[in-house]
Amino acid sequence: MPFENLTDRFKSIFKKLRGQTRLTEGNMDEMMKEIRLALLDADVNYKVVKEFTNNVKEKALHQKVLETLDPSQMVVKIVHDELVDLLGSTDSELHINKNKPTIIMLVGLQGTGKTTTAGKLSYYFKNKMNKKVLLAACDTYRPAAIEQLVTVAKQVGVDVLNMGDKVSPVEIAKKAKEKAYNDHYDFLILDTAGRLQIDDDLMNELNEMKDAVKPEEILLLVDAMAGQDAVNVAMAFNERLSLTGIIMSKLDGDARGGAALSIKYMSGVPIKFMGLGEKFTDLDVFHPDRMADRILGMGDVMTLVEKAEDNVSEKEMRKTTNKIMAGKFDLNDMVDQLKQVKRMGSFSGLLSMIPGMPKITKEQIATAEQSAKNVEVIVSSMTPEEREHPEILKYSRKLRISKGCGKSVAEINKVLKQYDQMKEQMDQLGKMTKNGKMPSGMGGLSGLGGLRR
Amino acid sequence: MGLLSRLKEKFSKKENKVDDKYVSGMAKSRENFSAKLDKLSSKYKKVNQDYFDNLEEILIEADVGVNLSFKIIESVLDEAKKQKLENPKDINELLIDTMFESYQDSGEVVQNDIRFVDNGPTVLLVVGVNGVGKTTSIAKLANRYKNQGKKVMLCAADTFRAAAVEQLTIWANRLGIEIVNGEPNADPASVCYEAARRAKQENVDLLIVDTAGRLQNKTNLMDELAKMRRVLSKEIEGAPHETFLIIDGTTGQNGVIQAKQFNEVCNITGIVITKMDGTSKGGIILAIRDQLGIPVRFIGLGEKIDDLEEFDLDQYLYGLCVAL
Repeated sequence: MPFENLTDRFKSIFKKLRGQTRLTEGNMDEMMKEIRLALLDADVNYKVVKEFTNNVKEKALHQKVLETLDPSQMVVKIVHDELVDLLGSTDSELHINKNKPTIIMLVGLQGTGKTTTAGKLSYYFKNKMNKKVLLAACDTYRPAAIEQLVTVAKQVGVDVLNMGDKVSPVEIAKKAKEKAYNDHYDFLILDTAGRLQIDDDLMNELNEMKDAVKPEEILLLVDAMAGQDAVNVAMAFNERLSLTGIIMSKLDGDARGGAALSIKYMSGVPIKFMGLGEKFTDLDVFHPDRMADRILGMGDVMTLVEKAEDNVSEKEMRKTTNKIMAGKFDLNDMVDQLKQVKRMGSFSGLLSMIPGMPKITKEQIATAEQSAKNVEVIVSSMTPEEREHPEILKYSRKLRISKGCGKSVAEINKVLKQYDQMKEQMDQLGKMTKNGKMPSGMGGLSGLGGLRR
Repeated sequence: MGLLSRLKEKFSKKENKVDDKYVSGMAKSRENFSAKLDKLSSKYKKVNQDYFDNLEEILIEADVGVNLSFKIIESVLDEAKKQKLENPKDINELLIDTMFESYQDSGEVVQNDIRFVDNGPTVLLVVGVNGVGKTTSIAKLANRYKNQGKKVMLCAADTFRAAAVEQLTIWANRLGIEIVNGEPNADPASVCYEAARRAKQENVDLLIVDTAGRLQNKTNLMDELAKMRRVLSKEIEGAPHETFLIIDGTTGQNGVIQAKQFNEVCNITGIVITKMDGTSKGGIILAIRDQLGIPVRFIGLGEKIDDLEEFDLDQYLYGLCVAL
């Protein structure tokens, strides 16, 4: 999960401030030193760190007015605002043409994930926006780069222009534009070869390509694991090409992500998307404020809600709710619910979005994922009757199920116990909702309701 | 005499020809590192705290990492006090001495070349995160050992990424060596099995196994690597004899975590650092060596098939500091 390391560091820094009644030059200096270390350790650019700590310190010391507030809260707020500032204060949307194809050029160093991202973007345009997408294979240098894009296009289900590796990339780009216009595509994505920003010939080629097709967007792929050089790379590409945006890739692997924190600030180019995994669905729009929330361990409820909306249909929700209300929650529903959660992404990714979530180890997550898998495997070895009426499951039936799914009877019992607990909660929920009372899980809120009366 | 003067003397002698690839491949790093040092030293007559803060900044900006940077600066400070050095040029020399002493002290000196076993195929497993240049490095390594007269076979066990197998196949054809392929989405361990079997049958000297890029925090993918190792060792005794972790030269401090976690799963015997011609940094070499003691064995300095060099600390240093 992105920025995990930084999140942990910030949490412990703020913890020390708690209980202090006021901010002094002394305790500020101590804290600034730690913030500086945390950021440097996360590969945030040296110059950015300097300014960041100066800004935070200055703002904090000038906010004497707010002395009533708990100082640690105030510092968290200042750090949060500064982080948002670093990441880009507004969301940056793609420039999209209404009546003609939108042309997007993907550029970057070798191995930053251009081709994979081309696939993710096409998936995004095709499935989320319902658009017609054309990919163009302009990497004629790397062995099998074209085959890779062709395979990706096939997997996503979009068209690809493949002219082989004997034609110049600029020619391919021109032809692709023609085709996009003639065949009424909404988006054309040009996948270019990876190159070093110091390679004059190849950089010129990108300029020619840009002049030839006049793309709406030129997006630079930046590996989130990149070190201090990421900023220089972005600045060099920007100088040559006037980038319109940045896509951070591999943020799922990086526990630090300093490049993401430095790049907008130093280059002025906004981050538009981030890649969070190897699947085509693993591309998210970049929201600076939400990212700042996550870095400071405040969770990201907005994204979580959006993910839920994207992946769980209203119909499914209503079906489950009705069943709960009627007290008919069975094993099928349990499996459905687990599947819905799974569709939203990895457990660890989801957990990172929940505010105030205590730290959970990799092993715990792996166990949770395994036990979710077990539920599916075991239930699918049951007869429809057994799924609807789990109470009929006696030892002989369990033995049969165990043989069918390769899990032990003990594991089956565990799943059934889990189901019993869930059912109990659901029944309670159903009853309370019916009676107009708040469910017991939200004890704090129902307490408030009592006060009002 | 300082290390730098010694190197300059060494490489000014005819019999010790300096490798031009190091000098040209490291142009960017040199520009960044030694040019910065040079500029800094010209600004100061005598060193003070400010000077050391600036040195620290240069180190951190080279991806050496915060902890090691502090450690190096501290030791330079101590030594400067002891020797009563105040001239910035002397301090810079001292800094370079310290940096590379730290490299040498942090692990044993090893032979860069692959250690071949006496009987049967030697197996080299190549691992790393996505996009670091595993396949290209394998092609370069295969080329190197083929030119040394070894019979080399490739194993394309990256069955996950689109067209990864094709990419390696193209290289195998260009080099005229054999390759064992897996079907898309086949179990990589099954491809390893087949390759190991074939390598024995055909008396191959070196079997190089390409694996899919994986982020070090994906437990299931790391388990998959462990399985591949088990399968290889069942077929060929002691295999894989070497496991190289490929690290992108532009990687930041994440490189240390990569090295640490890959090492836990597959006992890394060496690091190949790639794309050094493109980066002005590469300090991650020092950070990894400092924390884990894993040596860099090869270094990628360009896009051509023979742009892979044995890692040589003296050459590396000379390439980095020749401007000073």
